[in-house]
Parts: sequence; structure tokens; C-alpha cells
Amino acid sequence: MSASTPPKEAAPLREVHGPSALGGGSRRFFDLLWLLSVTEFKRVYFGTVLGYVWSLVRPLALFGVLLFVFTKVFKIGSETAEHYPVLLLLGIVLFTFFQEASTNAVTSVVTQEGVVRKTQFPRLVIPLSTVLTSAFNFGLNLIVVLGFVLAFGVMPAWSWLLFPLAVAFLFVFTTAVSMMLSVLYVRFRDVAIIWLVFAQMLFYATPVLYPIEALGNKTIEHLLMVNPLAVIFQQARVWVLEPDAPTAVDAAGGALGLLPAAAIFVAVCALGVFTFNREAPRIAEDL
Amino acid sequence: MNLPTPPRAGASTAVQVEDLHKSFRIPIHRVDSLKERVVRPFTSRDYRDLHALDGVSFEIEQGEFFGIVGRNGSGKSTLLKLLASIYRADRGTIRIAGRLAPFIELGVGFNHDLTARENVVLNGVMMGLTPKEMRDRLDAIIAFAELEEFVDLKLKNYSSGMLVRLAFAVMMEADADVLLIDEVLAVGDASFQQKCADAFRQMKAAGKTIVLVTHDMKTVEEYCHRAMLISEGRIQRLGDPAAIGRDYLRLNFEGEGGGETPEAAEGEEVRLLEAVLEGPDGAPVTNLEHDEEIRLRLELEVKRDLPGLDVGFLIANADGVDVFNFGIPVGETEGTRELLAGQRVTVRAVVQNPLAAGRYFVHCGINRAFEGGIALYLQNAIEFLVFGGQQTRGVVHPELRIDATVEGER
Repeated sequence: MSASTPPKEAAPLREVHGPSALGGGSRRFFDLLWLLSVTEFKRVYFGTVLGYVWSLVRPLALFGVLLFVFTKVFKIGSETAEHYPVLLLLGIVLFTFFQEASTNAVTSVVTQEGVVRKTQFPRLVIPLSTVLTSAFNFGLNLIVVLGFVLAFGVMPAWSWLLFPLAVAFLFVFTTAVSMMLSVLYVRFRDVAIIWLVFAQMLFYATPVLYPIEALGNKTIEHLLMVNPLAVIFQQARVWVLEPDAPTAVDAAGGALGLLPAAAIFVAVCALGVFTFNREAPRIAEDL
Repeated sequence: MNLPTPPRAGASTAVQVEDLHKSFRIPIHRVDSLKERVVRPFTSRDYRDLHALDGVSFEIEQGEFFGIVGRNGSGKSTLLKLLASIYRADRGTIRIAGRLAPFIELGVGFNHDLTARENVVLNGVMMGLTPKEMRDRLDAIIAFAELEEFVDLKLKNYSSGMLVRLAFAVMMEADADVLLIDEVLAVGDASFQQKCADAFRQMKAAGKTIVLVTHDMKTVEEYCHRAMLISEGRIQRLGDPAAIGRDYLRLNFEGEGGGETPEAAEGEEVRLLEAVLEGPDGAPVTNLEHDEEIRLRLELEVKRDLPGLDVGFLIANADGVDVFNFGIPVGETEGTRELLAGQRVTVRAVVQNPLAAGRYFVHCGINRAFEGGIALYLQNAIEFLVFGGQQTRGVVHPELRIDATVEGER
């Protein structure tokens, strides 16, 4: 056994500073993050009979209902957007990632209470692993979206290569929100309910159900582009589905119109990092 | 396990703690919702500070088995969590040489929905190893834990004994330089315990430093080179485990043991004023250590002229077994003959204490000399507790010498 190796040279004394968001070395951080995300993913999808199918059923069911409502009942979608069904599906899949990751992250630190109170490890791993687990789902869902995209006759284009950029922005935003929510929930249990409502509001404030030009009102369009998610979604649409659709810049009424969204994006990221860093050392005590 | 050998002189320091302070803010009115904070932003911020650790400094040398003992709430768990980087200190520094196994309890990182194989890797990574290193060590871990047949069984189907064995095996194999262990030595069956003892010996040989937190003084005396007693966030004593053990017991039984003393009992001839157990300084105590003399004091008031009294004591244990009795025969001393009404008699007895640890009762009988008959009988006049000493069968544990010799060829 390893303990039987001869005495080795004494390691130098190093000061320890208590728990933190990242402490403990980057290799350990990424090993732990990867392992936790993968095991959680496996637990969910190998623990149930239908496994991965469940994570598809939800967005697809929502897709089916909304598609019916907005093409047969209200007809706003089908009249404006060229590929409304795929646009709807892409939007739902993107938003499902954001919503699922952030909602799971809210309670993640508290759920892992036993581990947090009894072991030392980089605290950031917890909310990040829930985001990553959702990202795995998201990746699989994107494959399904790709199938629909091709089936609906959208031609592959060079601009598809820009889609990962939209995903990257979405990922960063989701992570920042998750970090902030997960530590706030430790102190204020109301956060869970507030977030549920707020995420629902965000869903309508993001052009998922409707193509943005269907609003037919420039002021509302500009207003919508204050929402960073709306900007990301709009750009994804332009890059993947309809090169002719109004870009985020168009919808915002010029590059300057995107400033508020950019400011909010940066602010949320900074706030996420700041709150998490501030709270991380005390999580074990506050739980 | 062999008797502890002190670490080699001049060994380097493995853990260094300087002037450590930690206090917790205990909200008098816990704010759990935003609404409360909004409605009463100021009134709800009443806190009181609980000083869990108040200026603790000590050093542990490399290769040392170091015991930390203390009563519940003494601050020893806080200290352990600070060492493990679970809490952040308010003031002071902690320095640690090498890698520390950051587990306060065995098996905390375990996910019960995963198999032993997956958990071993996960747990190892938490302790700072790579997944590959853990996979390489898997076989050794499973073998040590004697769980070969259950590698792919989910942990939720494990018995608690199996879980602890697995956790212990992971910790042993994690190859940390400093281990923090909280009350885990008494796990598993006899053969597994032997294995643990062997593993500890190997770790000692390999220069590992072990910090052991426990309530069990026997473990401390058996394994530790040095020990530290904490009380109310301060170090009470640091040094020889046996001495620490005695201090700990004393601390534990402080103010405990005394039962209800009977109301001042009264007979026709005498009245009991007081019946107490005394410490060496004469102050009343309720418990004493094994080997510490039993000092009894009885005060009586004589109500009518008497030719004499004799006083007897009987010590019985909690099971009702009479252990021994003693007394003062009549006329032996002046306090027992020709007494006049209104006089006060004080009886003092100092008895060598052979009693094994446990609860005891002293019954007193006061007899009329010459006239015959009992003047006063006091059931459970004094109740006290004896602590310390070796665990023994039977009710007494006298001081003794024992030796075995042999003659003839080997």
C-alpha cells in the first residue's frame, strides 16, 4: 500500500486560508467538476427507464403545444418567420438550457449541504456542475434540433460556425446567474420562488414564441433588446435559420441600442462572481 | 498496537496554528426571508457572538499522533473544521505541510446512487488526487475494505459497516500527509480493527501526521504521542495523553454525581445537620477520581444527654451491592461518649478509595450506645461518583502488584 513507502522529505509549511470559490488547485477543480457533472448526468439518465428520452420529451411536448397554438390558433408565427417551427424549437431548446440550469443551481448548494459542511473543496464546483449537467442535455437536444433544421429544408451555411459564439454567451450568462442564485438561496430561501416567476417572465421577454418582427412595434423591439437573452436568441436565429431576419443590431435600432444589454450582461457576470466569492468562505457556516 | 514511541527529535513541523480565533454570529432573530429583511431592516439584525475558539496556538510535528479532546461545545469541532479549510478563521494563521485529507467524517462525499467503484474515484478526487491515480488504486482499496464482491453494487445497498470500511480504505490509500480523523477508530469487526491498527502503524512509519479528535480517552492514551484538552475555546492543557485524560475526566464530571441529600433528618436523640463528601481542600464535592481518598464528614446535634453513640457507614453501589462498611465504636473517641444536649459532634472519615468507576451511595447509621437501638438511620446520606481508573469487572479495583516468574530452561 502507498503508506508503506519510506518517509519522504518534509513538505514545506503552507498557510491555508479556509474555503473559497476556487481554492485547491485548478487540476483538482476541473477533475471534480467533470466527475460530478458526468455522474449526475448518468444518475439521472441511467436511473430512469427511458433515460435521455425524458429530457427530450419536455421541450418537444412544449414545442408541439406551442406550434399548434401559434400556427393554427393565432397564426402570428407562420406568417412572419420563414421557418417558424424550427425557430420555435431552437428557441425552446436554448431557453430550456437556461431555465433548467439556473433552476437546478438555485438549490444546488443547499442540496449538497452534507458535503459542503464536512469537506473542503472548491465551492464553485457545485453550481457549475449543475450548469454543466444541463449543458450535456442541451448538447444532445441540439442534435435533435439539427435533425429538424435539415428536415425543414434549411440550407447549411457558413454562418452556422458563429452559432457556438451565441452558445458561449448563453453559457457564461447562465453560469453567472447560477452562481449568484446558489449562494443567495443559502441565506434567503425566497430566492427559489422569486426565480421561478422571474424565469417565466424572461421567457416571454425573449423572442422564443414569436419572431421579433411580428411585434410590429419598433419601440417594443428596442425595449426587448435590453434583455441579453433576447440579443443572443435573435443572433442565433440569424446565424442558423434566417440570414435575412433582423439582426440584434437591427432590432435594437443600431449598435448603440445594444449597450444596455451589454451592460446588463457584464453586470450580471460581475455580480455573479462577486457574490459567489464573497459568500463562498461562509457557506458552511450559514447552512 | 505497540505503545506509542515519541516522534524523532528535531522532526519538522507538520501543522502550525497561531493565535486562532473564530466566532460565530448567532442571530437572536433568524432572518430567513427577504420579506422580514424588508419589513424590519434594522431590528432583525441582533446577533450575539459565540467565541468558539479564542486564541489557540499549537504545533504538531511530522509523524506525530496528536489527540484533541474536549467536551461537546468546547470548540474542538470548530478547530477541526478550520484545519480542514471548511471554515475560515477570523484571526490567526494555520500552516500545514503537505496535503491534508480534508474529511471530517468518513464517507461524506459518497453518493449513494453510485457504485463503490465510482464513489472511490469521486472521493479520491475530492481529496486532491486525479481520477487516473484513483482508478489505479481501486483494487487495493477494495481489497483493504474486503468488498471485492460488491464493487459494482450501489452504495445505497451497502450496510453501514461496509460503508465505513470503504470510506476508511479510501482515506488510507489517499496518501495524504496529514490526516484528520474524527472518532472512527472503533469501526468494523475485530479483524478489520486489527487491519486499521496495522495501517496506522504503517502510516506512522511513513511519517504521516495524524490528528485525532475523540471523546474516548482510551484511544488517546493508546495511540497518541501528545494530546490537547480544549475547553471553552481555549487550550486547557497540552502534553502527556495520560495527564490529559485525567483532566478531561475531571472536567467532564465537574458538578456532577451528587444526588439529593436527605433533608436534615431528625431522631429523638440526635439531629443530622450535614453529611457531605469533601475534596482535599475541605470543600464539598460530588465526585472523585479513582485512587483519590474518600473524605466524609457528618455533623450531628445532640438533643438530649446520652451516654454514648456509635456511628457506622455503609458504602453501596448503584446496583444495591454493599461494598464495605466501617464506623467508630462507642467510647473510642471523646466525640462518642458522654454527650450533653446541645453539643455538636463532627465525624470525619478518610478512606482509601478502591472503588471502580461508578455511582455510589453512603448510608449512615447512628446507634445508641449501651441503651441499644438505632437513634437515626440515613438511607443515601451521600451520593457520589467515582471516575477514572481502569475498566474492571467487579466493584472494587484495589491497588495491587502482580508478577509472574518462571524457572527452568527456556
